[in-house]
Amino acid sequence: MIEVDNIHKSFGDANVLKGISTCFDKGKTNLIIGQSGSGKTVFIKCLLGLFAPEKGTISYDGKIYSELSGSEQRNLRQEMGMVFQGSALFDSMTVEGNVRFPLEMFTKQSDSEMQDRVDFVLKRVNLIDAHHKYPSEISGGMQKRVAIARAIVMNPKYLFCDEPNSGLDPKTAILIDNLIQEITQEYNITTVINSHDMNSVMEIGEKIIFLKNGIKEWEGTNKEIFKTDNEAVTNFVYSSELFKKVRQMYLEERN
Amino acid sequence: MNYIASIGSYAIMVKEVFKKPTKWGIMKSLILKEIDELIYGSLGILIFISFFIGGVVAIQTALNITSEIIPKYLVGFATRQSIILEFAPTFCSIIMAGKVGSYITSSIGTMRVTEQIDALEVMGVNALNYLVFPKIIAMLFYPFIIAIAMYVGILGGWVAGVFGGFSTSADFVEGLQLDFNTFHVTYSFIKTLVFAFILATIPSFHGFYMKGGALEVGKAATTSFVWTSVVIIILNYILTQLLLG
Repeated sequence: MIEVDNIHKSFGDANVLKGISTCFDKGKTNLIIGQSGSGKTVFIKCLLGLFAPEKGTISYDGKIYSELSGSEQRNLRQEMGMVFQGSALFDSMTVEGNVRFPLEMFTKQSDSEMQDRVDFVLKRVNLIDAHHKYPSEISGGMQKRVAIARAIVMNPKYLFCDEPNSGLDPKTAILIDNLIQEITQEYNITTVINSHDMNSVMEIGEKIIFLKNGIKEWEGTNKEIFKTDNEAVTNFVYSSELFKKVRQMYLEERN
Repeated sequence: MNYIASIGSYAIMVKEVFKKPTKWGIMKSLILKEIDELIYGSLGILIFISFFIGGVVAIQTALNITSEIIPKYLVGFATRQSIILEFAPTFCSIIMAGKVGSYITSSIGTMRVTEQIDALEVMGVNALNYLVFPKIIAMLFYPFIIAIAMYVGILGGWVAGVFGGFSTSADFVEGLQLDFNTFHVTYSFIKTLVFAFILATIPSFHGFYMKGGALEVGKAATTSFVWTSVVIIILNYILTQLLLG
């Protein structure tokens, strides 16, 4: 579980995060949603320890990040997996090299043990014949799956995904969403996903946090988001006619 | 004020490079890769430039000897001194600031833009050690290619001087051997080692801390070349004053 207590972050005169408090549950897919510029990426980078909040605390299973020593922070980071918006795969390495990298850096496993683990996670994300390809030789969806494989290869306690299905076609986006949800439940990981994809909200949003101008505007589940009266949330989530109709049908069914 | 902040950030970066080392097995392959890229990959261009600059120095020296009193062996002497004292260590380093420096800045800058450095840091890797340390170690081999540049530069001078009819081979060789001071070679290699550190770290600094997108990577490479050259020129003056003055 990750607990966030009143964090503030600014860059120069721009106050990006203005006192966000929330908690992300273990074994659940927690979604952060909001318009572009609402502070989602800065928030997730604070959770990762890439940005230090000026005020407030973030604790991981009771350990407050800012109170840990440098080496303890690095050890904690080894328990985190991250899927970046652009996948952030190492261009100079093959798919296998990318997934193998954390194992080589942080474990004392033998070559065959590492190979078994790499084969296992690549199979888990449905990538079987791409071991020796370079990131530039595979599609965006495959790159995302490699990024997920690299993120889970060390059995992380916390998985962070920054817009994991941006730039993907709807079918691949759903596959990626489902894969992340399956992995979250299978390994009981605390997963935090940064998204503005409404399909993700409806499909896998077991807990949703809506950010607006650096403030937590609303919090709930994908069931509750249908019923909410919060104008900012409904304007954002149901901005398209299709989603307005879906919501209408859902509410009529319930009544 | 910005310059002072940048110097401070550079000093902090250099300190961080030597902290929390990457596993030796991985570091070894990174160092070998960088030696191939930075040193072996620069050999061709340095040999090419050294040969022709050596030739030009010999021709220009010969053409400026108009008095009969000045001995012909001065061509070889002037070529040796120019190449060993200045051309090989300093001029080659300016060329390397363009070739190796822009490569380092753009490769690290691209990793920054595409969040690969963030990925390293999230994993708990000391990204500065992983990316910059192998470059510093690889650049320790820089004096070897400067030694080759010295040899080829003098060879170029001999070829241009003798085959261009500006000097006899015997006069040229006599000039090469005249009043040879071995400390000049030591001075040259001391400069080369200092410049090697500058060539590895200043471009890395500009790449690592760059902000923005693809356009900014190009701008960072240009800025890195300018600053690496400026620092090399200033250090060249200071080291010359300290070691020869």
